[in-house]
Amino acid sequence: MKILAAIKRVSDPDNANKVKISADGKAVTTEGLAWDVNPFCLYGVEAAIRLTEDGAKKARIGEVVVATLGPQDVGIQLRRCLAMGAERAIRIEAEDTKLDGWVVARALAKLAEQEKPDLVILGKQVVDGESNQTAQILAKMLGMPQSTNVAGIETQPGDGSVTVTREVDGGIVKTRLTLPAVVAVSERILASRAVKNGVTPETVQYPSDNVRYTPLPMIKRAEKKPLDLKGLADLGIDATPRTAYLEFKAPPARKAGVKVESVEQLVQKLKNEARVI
Amino acid sequence: MARTLVIGEMFEDKVRTPTLSAVTFARKVKDLTGAAFDVLVPGKGSKGAVAQIAACGADKIFYNESAPYATYTAEAYAPFVSAVAHSGGYNVVCCTADVYGKDLMPRVAATLDAGMASDIVGVEKSGDDFIFTRPIYAGNVLARMKVTTGLKVVTVRQTEFAPAEPAGGKAAIEEAPATAPEDAAARVEVLSFEKTRSERPELTEAKIVVSGGRGFKNPENFKLAEQLADLLGGAVGATRAAVDAGMVPNELQVGQTGKIVAPDIYFAIGLSGAIQHLAGMKSSKVIVAINKDEEAPIFSVADYGLVADLFQAVPQLVEELKKVKG
Repeated sequence: MKILAAIKRVSDPDNANKVKISADGKAVTTEGLAWDVNPFCLYGVEAAIRLTEDGAKKARIGEVVVATLGPQDVGIQLRRCLAMGAERAIRIEAEDTKLDGWVVARALAKLAEQEKPDLVILGKQVVDGESNQTAQILAKMLGMPQSTNVAGIETQPGDGSVTVTREVDGGIVKTRLTLPAVVAVSERILASRAVKNGVTPETVQYPSDNVRYTPLPMIKRAEKKPLDLKGLADLGIDATPRTAYLEFKAPPARKAGVKVESVEQLVQKLKNEARVI
Repeated sequence: MARTLVIGEMFEDKVRTPTLSAVTFARKVKDLTGAAFDVLVPGKGSKGAVAQIAACGADKIFYNESAPYATYTAEAYAPFVSAVAHSGGYNVVCCTADVYGKDLMPRVAATLDAGMASDIVGVEKSGDDFIFTRPIYAGNVLARMKVTTGLKVVTVRQTEFAPAEPAGGKAAIEEAPATAPEDAAARVEVLSFEKTRSERPELTEAKIVVSGGRGFKNPENFKLAEQLADLLGGAVGATRAAVDAGMVPNELQVGQTGKIVAPDIYFAIGLSGAIQHLAGMKSSKVIVAINKDEEAPIFSVADYGLVADLFQAVPQLVEELKKVKG
C-alpha cells in the first residue's frame, strides 16, 4: 500500500495560551514557542507507518510519502516523520500565513495526482487554525470517498479497501471505503490495536499514548532519505485563499474566582451566590 | 435577493437539536440583512419529522428521505445539499459545527466552489459582506475574518448560538428532488452503527456538566462523578486522559478536539486544566474546580475552587447537595 500523509507545522500545542497578538492586531506571533508537527498530523503519520509495516519483523511492506506546505524550516518536521519510518518527503514552498484549507487542498490534490497513493491520511484538524476543512475539500477534488474523525483503520493486503471506525454524535459508525480514499484521524487512532493491516500479528502491542520513539540511528538514517522541494507555481495551482483574516484579538478573560474552604461553603455559594442549584 | 440555507440533521426519526443552533445563526443573518432562510433536512424519517421545526422562522423546509439519503454519507449528501443550494440561489449555506456539520460542509463548499468559515462564534454585517469571528489556537485568539467568495459556507459553534425557540408562523414543507450522487458514493458502504447508550442528557445540551480527569484513576472510581451528575440531572464529561484510560466513552471528551460545552455549571474534578481541555469548557457560566493540587491551572478559570482530595470531597458534595435539594 502507498500512503500520502500530509502534515502541518504548528507552534507548541501545549502552550497555545502563550501566543501573542501584534500591537496592530493584524498578526498572531508565536515567537519563543517551538515548532512541532500538528499532533493530529503526527498521529496520521504513525497510522500510515503502522499500515505499511510488519510490526513483528519491523520491516517495511509499503510506502509512506510525507508532504507539507511551508518554509525551509519545516524540513525539520518532515525529517522527524522520515525518522519514524516514512520513505520520502515532499515540501511545497509556501508562507504559513498565505495558506487556507482551499490552497492546501489544491496543492495536495496535485501531489496526489502525481503520486497516485492508495490512501491519503491527514489529521482531523490543526490545533492553530482549527478549520477542519482540508481532508474533505481534498477528497471532493480527487473524487475520492472520505472519512473524518477516524479512530480505527483495518485492511488486508491486496484488499483494495479499508474499513474505518468513525466517532460520530451518538455512537460509532463502521464504513468500508474502496481505495483510493482520504481519511482524517482522531487521537484514538493511536490505541494499540486501532490500526490493523492484516500482517502485523495481534500480539504486537504499539504504545497507545503517543507516536513511536525515534532513536538516534533512525534520525541519522532519515537524514539520507529523499526530501523533494516543489513550488506552488510548479504545481500549476491557484494559490489564492478563499478566506481573509482581518484582525486578531484576545478573548475576554474570565474573572478571577475564589477558593472555598470546604464542601459546605461550596454548596452555600452555589446556592446563594451563583444561584445555580 | 440574499437567502440563507440551513442544513439540518436527523437522528432516530427526529431533527437533532444542533439544527436549531444553525437556525439561530440564520435568524441573526436575517436580522442583519433581511435575508430570509429555508431549512433542508435530509435523512430517514425527515418527511414526518420536519413538522417539529415548522415554526422556526423559515419560509420553506425541504426534506428527502429516499434511499440515497436514508443513512448519512458525505458523498451522497454533499451533491444533494449543493444542488438545493445552487438551484435556490442561496448566498449562505450553514450548519452547526458538530461531527455531522464538520464532516459534510467542507465537501459541500468544495462542490459549490465556495470558501468556508468553520466553527464561528459571531457574525457582523460589513457592507454587502459578512465578518465572522472564530476562535483559533485553542480559544486563545479570536479571529475576525471574511470568506472571499460570493457564496459562503459556514459552520457555527453550538455553544454560542442557543437552539432557536419557535418563532411562530408555519413553513411550507416540500420534498427536495434527489440528485445524481458523486461517483465516490458508490465506493462508501456504511457497515454498522453502534449507538452509545446513555440515560443522561446530551453533553452539548446539558445545563449541568460533571467532568472528570486522570485524578479518578480508574473506571470504577469514575462512578463518583456519575453519581454527582445523576443527582443534579446533568451530563458527564471527561478529559482526553480519562477517555484514553477507558473511564468513559470517547464521545464524552470535552476539549479542543472533543465536545465544546457551555453549561450553567461545570464541575471540573480531578483534572488539571490543560489548555486543550479549557478550550472546550471556558465559556461555561459557572466553573467549579476540585483538585488536590492547588497549583493546577484549572483554578485560574474556576469561579469556585476547592483544594481537596476528590475521593473525600465528591461523596461529601453529593451528601450536602441532597440536603439542599431536600
